[in-house]
Amino acid sequence: KRQAISLLASQTSSAPETVVTPSQPEDDFQEELVIRPLHSGDIYASFQFRTVWDTDFMGGKKVSHYRLFPKSLGQVISKFSVRELHISFTQGYWRTMQWGQPFLPSPPGAELWVWFQDTVTDVDGTWKELTNVLSGIFCASLNFIDSTNTVQPSASFKPLGIGNVTDHRFLRYATLPREIVCTENLTPWKKLLPCGSKAGLAVLMKSEKLFHSSFHSQAVHIRPVCQDWQCKSTSWELRQTLNVVFDLHSSGQGKREWSLFKMFSRTLTEACPLASSSKIYIDVTDNPQQFELSPATPLLSQAVVLGDRRTYSVYDLTQQATFGSMRSLNMLLRWKSSDGDMMRPLLHGERYVAGYGLQTGEIHTLMYNHHPYRAFPVLLLDTVPWYLRLYIHTLTVTSKGKDNKPSYIHYQPSKDRVRPHLLEMLVQLPPNSVTEVTVQFERALLKWTEYTPDPNHGFYVGSSVVSALVPSVVAMDTNSTQERPLFSSFFPSKEESSYFVRIYTEPLLVNLPTPDFSMPYNVICLTCTVVAVGYGSLYNLLTRTFQVEEPSPGLAKRLANIIRKMRGVPPL
Amino acid sequence: MPRDKAGQFFGSGHTNNWAVTCTSQFWFNYRHVANTLSVYRSVKRLGIPDSHIVLMLADDMACNHRNPKPATVFSHKNMELNVYGDDVEVDYRGYEVTVENFLRVLTGRLPPSTPRSKRLLSDDRSNILIYLTGHGGNGFLKFQDSEEISNVELADAFEQMWQKRRYNELLFIIDTCQGASMYERFYSPNLMALASSQVGEDSLSHQPDLAIGVHLMDRYTFYLLEFLEDIHPASTTNMNDLFKVCPKSQCVSTPGHRTDLFLRDPGSVLITDFFGSVRKVEITMETINLTSPVEQVEDK
Repeated sequence: KRQAISLLASQTSSAPETVVTPSQPEDDFQEELVIRPLHSGDIYASFQFRTVWDTDFMGGKKVSHYRLFPKSLGQVISKFSVRELHISFTQGYWRTMQWGQPFLPSPPGAELWVWFQDTVTDVDGTWKELTNVLSGIFCASLNFIDSTNTVQPSASFKPLGIGNVTDHRFLRYATLPREIVCTENLTPWKKLLPCGSKAGLAVLMKSEKLFHSSFHSQAVHIRPVCQDWQCKSTSWELRQTLNVVFDLHSSGQGKREWSLFKMFSRTLTEACPLASSSKIYIDVTDNPQQFELSPATPLLSQAVVLGDRRTYSVYDLTQQATFGSMRSLNMLLRWKSSDGDMMRPLLHGERYVAGYGLQTGEIHTLMYNHHPYRAFPVLLLDTVPWYLRLYIHTLTVTSKGKDNKPSYIHYQPSKDRVRPHLLEMLVQLPPNSVTEVTVQFERALLKWTEYTPDPNHGFYVGSSVVSALVPSVVAMDTNSTQERPLFSSFFPSKEESSYFVRIYTEPLLVNLPTPDFSMPYNVICLTCTVVAVGYGSLYNLLTRTFQVEEPSPGLAKRLANIIRKMRGVPPL
Repeated sequence: MPRDKAGQFFGSGHTNNWAVTCTSQFWFNYRHVANTLSVYRSVKRLGIPDSHIVLMLADDMACNHRNPKPATVFSHKNMELNVYGDDVEVDYRGYEVTVENFLRVLTGRLPPSTPRSKRLLSDDRSNILIYLTGHGGNGFLKFQDSEEISNVELADAFEQMWQKRRYNELLFIIDTCQGASMYERFYSPNLMALASSQVGEDSLSHQPDLAIGVHLMDRYTFYLLEFLEDIHPASTTNMNDLFKVCPKSQCVSTPGHRTDLFLRDPGSVLITDFFGSVRKVEITMETINLTSPVEQVEDK
């Protein structure tokens, strides 16, 4: 149901009402919130806002009339010939083993990956300008993305939208693990929404609650999608997602009870009037044994997501009845028992630095396959900054104690101050095993101007990315054009027996040998002192002569000397 | 780690206002961020939009892991006023706040790919307010704990701005130790400067908060904020009242000011000339008749 508000104005008093119908392409906006209670007592909330617009940014005609689609992003797409853009800002690390798989994974810090159109001639120059423009839009230091932390993955990060060009020259990937996420990033993100933060689900986004959490991630994904199953024409899809995990204990009380008010300090009173669909899904698969949900709703929906069939209670905010007599919606989840098992995530990754001292070290990446009998291949992408010099001849991949040779390795060595290391491997993970990838490195000594103002904090190495098609116990839905909740339609499923999973490991914090920055000053002082003392002494020795001086004469003699000087006679 | 805030305001013929702010690093310098944010907040409240404010914060205090109340920065231990707020746009943050970037913003010499929100797009009808805070000494101001800006560099930057016609009038406020030394070397016209302490004096912080664990704000800016909270966009308070903010009895240090380069009499300069904004008003003589009421049309 779409509501169009038309302003009626007429010059003559008897003219009929005229309704202005827009002649530009159609756009559609949907908003959704999924709440998933986690077994640890924490709660996971995932917002998705999707705007689909049947327009062509790449065509000759310049797009000038924007309605639901934000103009700043539309101009970015057309100016930089972007085919796909994915940017995320995350604070915290997603704990897969305690929380399960997220709907949309993201690494700590900022991550940006872009597919450009094949008409772009200078991809690196366009990439540099794009990062600067995005840093202005999102109030983040994305201008620190340059050639020293940008890579061109050859196998990972395939396009998520439609398109048959897969020339990896048009792909760029960069992460900034140090990037902080705070209200200044949320403010412009909220302003991109059609209703802003004034109506609909976005009213729940209060920064004081959102950042007081274990995990917070906001992202923008732009990609072209098919309009229908025949895919004769494409439209542009913009998804803005916000994932947050609220901690049971830090939010006070410790009682296992969650409500919208406790999570967001707000309740909902209306849907966004510009949205064609506005829904809240609560994961009630473990209900009623585990927790009770109020107010109850008759609407239930089943969805297959992340290889599992889950049941959801649906609250449709476009229906006035959802809000009840109080005109406000506040769901309450109260736990009854705390037993029950979470389905073990099949793929999990970890990473750490081993070694001691400030000269060498070893990076260990562990990949866990928890499937009892199926083996599956995973694609591992590692980006290591140039100042950790990797010794690739020490690269070992072992599973269950035995050597596991990857079937595909792509390694691009780093170049000092120009390029980072890029390592991509396709590794087959045996069932129920841990695969360990180790590589030794040496730490470089940077030039003293290259150190950050606080170098003793350490230097960050971005997360490893593990991408895989994980076997699914439940048949996945491959029909991509059916009406589905947004959270289950982000990663398209090409086959029924597996689903796509991307895991990010922890970023690493590595100490580089740091000089004592007061040494230049100390050296100058010391050197100048030595030079002054040495030179001065030598000069004095060479040029100083000693004279015997008479003691000064008495007053009478001095007067007599003065008179003699006046007369021109030598003194006494 | 200086902060500066620039607001432009024309009292006597300026057409737009700009503000630039920056601040210093490390958790124990929380008060410098609180200082900057409180001036940012006042300036926004009095009407300068975000597009006309260049806010520079050298470290993140609100979402710092040491902050027991994330996404908040308080000015007083009663925690009434969250100066960070819910609607803040920081243009330069973290390692981007350097002396070079600050001087480039002032003089306009930025690389071509710099976005508009990071530029000071002022012209010769703009009033600029620059607010700096952090740690300073006699003739210098510390940025990021690793570099400094000297008063000579600052004076030269302002002269460049004057020669490039980048401001109409400029108000410079500095809240650091020995702050008056920073405006001693100014030589361009239409500059007015205020400092929180004289040469040889230290500017002190206001009060610590035991829950957060650091000092929340500096004295001069605390009383400046109190003074600005009473100003509204139509108020007629002038600069002479601003000079009286935080006398020695409250501030312990002696605030100073310099008006000899300013062409107008400070008594005739309104506070809102620098801290508030001028709205563009277009007067039109057309009349529009709305003979039918507004109706809502529903499509199914």
